[in-house]
Amino acid sequence: MTPDGPDSTPWRRFRRSRAAVASAWFLAFVALVCALSPWIAPYPYMQQDLAASAQAPSSSHWFGTDLLGRDVLSRVLQGGLISISVGLLATAVALLFGVLYGAVAGELGGAWERLLMRAVDILSTLPLTLIVILCMVVFGQNVWMIFLAVGMVSWLTMARIVCTETGALKSRQFVEAAVALGQTRVGVFRRHYLPNLAGLIAVYATLTVPGVMMLEAFVSFLGLGVKAPMTSWGQMIKEGADIMEECPWLLLAPSSVFAFTLLALNFLGEGLRDAFDPRVSRR
Amino acid sequence: MSYVLKRVLEMAPVLLVVVAATFFLSHAVPGGPFDRERPVPAEVKARLEAYYGLDRPLHEQLASYVGNLARGDLGPSIKYPGWGVNEIIGPRIPVSISLGLASLAVAVLIGVPVGVLAASRHNTWLDAVPMGFTMVGICLPSFVLGPLLALVFAQWLGWAPPCGWGDLRHFLLPAATLGLVTAAPIARLTRAKVVEAGSQDYVRTARAKGLPWRRVWFVHALRNGLLPVVTYLGPAAAGLVSGSFVVESLFDVPGLGRLFVSSIINRDVPLILGTTLVYALALLVLNLAADLAKASLDPRVARSVR
Repeated sequence: MTPDGPDSTPWRRFRRSRAAVASAWFLAFVALVCALSPWIAPYPYMQQDLAASAQAPSSSHWFGTDLLGRDVLSRVLQGGLISISVGLLATAVALLFGVLYGAVAGELGGAWERLLMRAVDILSTLPLTLIVILCMVVFGQNVWMIFLAVGMVSWLTMARIVCTETGALKSRQFVEAAVALGQTRVGVFRRHYLPNLAGLIAVYATLTVPGVMMLEAFVSFLGLGVKAPMTSWGQMIKEGADIMEECPWLLLAPSSVFAFTLLALNFLGEGLRDAFDPRVSRR
Repeated sequence: MSYVLKRVLEMAPVLLVVVAATFFLSHAVPGGPFDRERPVPAEVKARLEAYYGLDRPLHEQLASYVGNLARGDLGPSIKYPGWGVNEIIGPRIPVSISLGLASLAVAVLIGVPVGVLAASRHNTWLDAVPMGFTMVGICLPSFVLGPLLALVFAQWLGWAPPCGWGDLRHFLLPAATLGLVTAAPIARLTRAKVVEAGSQDYVRTARAKGLPWRRVWFVHALRNGLLPVVTYLGPAAAGLVSGSFVVESLFDVPGLGRLFVSSIINRDVPLILGTTLVYALALLVLNLAADLAKASLDPRVARSVR
């Protein structure tokens, strides 16, 4: 990387923000540990040991055990695998839908753009959580359904941003030149819009992940998440909240891991936004 | 005035789409309302279905539902025979609305001043500490904050009743939970916008001519910073709705949120539809109110409204 090349500046700006870089490392660590949990977890996450139920944290069980004597650390890792997968996959769904919708609206422009964006405005005021809950009931508590339902209600911000940016790109000269040279609309989208939008899309994708994870936790809290003996952070938090006076570690362990992960995601997203989004003024 | 009329007319098709979407989704729910542990005899079930119109084709059911809706009738409940949905939902609406408005008030009354304070002391500890707290507020789900508040303020300190509904003290914990969770993003948004306004010439002029600190920040800078916050109130209200499911069950509040969750478990389609509709209507009205408030703050928006 050349020190003053046009591509290097956002990265240099990003690396200067210590909170964002530390968050990135923290997230990488959490994701890795959760992904490797089937091999490195101290106990199988569903293994019960009724003789050792509801034990406070100790050297053999770092986060204690739950009412069925299952190791909380192992369960936090397995739950993290579910929560993080939901976060990433649902964001991918939201991304795909939001980018396509936004790009189409921005490219069409005029009355079509107004109509499509008005629909987004209206959708963003509706209680979409209700739809996610209904979907979970209708299609059963299927893990894939969680990804899809959560993703399908989280694309609105992305569509708005992509639409505005596409509209701005459309009138730029290099796009006009490409169109004049006979480039098709799909080609223009692939060759000119996507590369120019990539940074912005990455930023807002990062900022979508925490919201998506929160929504999953919320659905799990209502008892509509993944099925036992599998678990997710939201489900563990709910179970912990029910008996927090007797066994506070059952609430503290999953909720602190959850909160720290969301915290790191937010810091990372904001760091990326400050570095990549030219409209956010640098202060 | 014609602007308000246009917006109100725009609500009708939106509500219709909401009804249709919810209608088809809730009819796709596996298991019918008459599937109990002890199976209902086939002929009884057939009569029940005929009574509620469940034996007719879906589109006819939808049409008759919308027809009744136009007359303000949400139909009979299936889970509670003899009760209309109107009668079940009716007394719960004021409960949820008062709780929602109280939470919104808490959120704005805490969020906006904290945001302005942080912005006016930009890049000092008075900025960093409150912003750290708001970050925690964003990452802490209401179902963690709620039990924690209940533990501290009801169990240990005894300042508020842990659950129930009746007098004003019952507002404390649920409104604080929902309000604090919503205050966090409002504070961050306010801060960002007021910092932006703070670097502009008119704020510098206001400071240079010796206006008191309070006036500079809370009147001159905030007025421009408030617009996005008012816009944000719409989505914030949508967040309050989903938060209310959790908070109403946690604190045993007899509101709409709890009703929605139980009506889904009971597969009570008319009740699901009715609740969704009330929520959607409430949010649309609130958004209209937010847009009108925006017009009164911003002369440019006001011109396009008239």
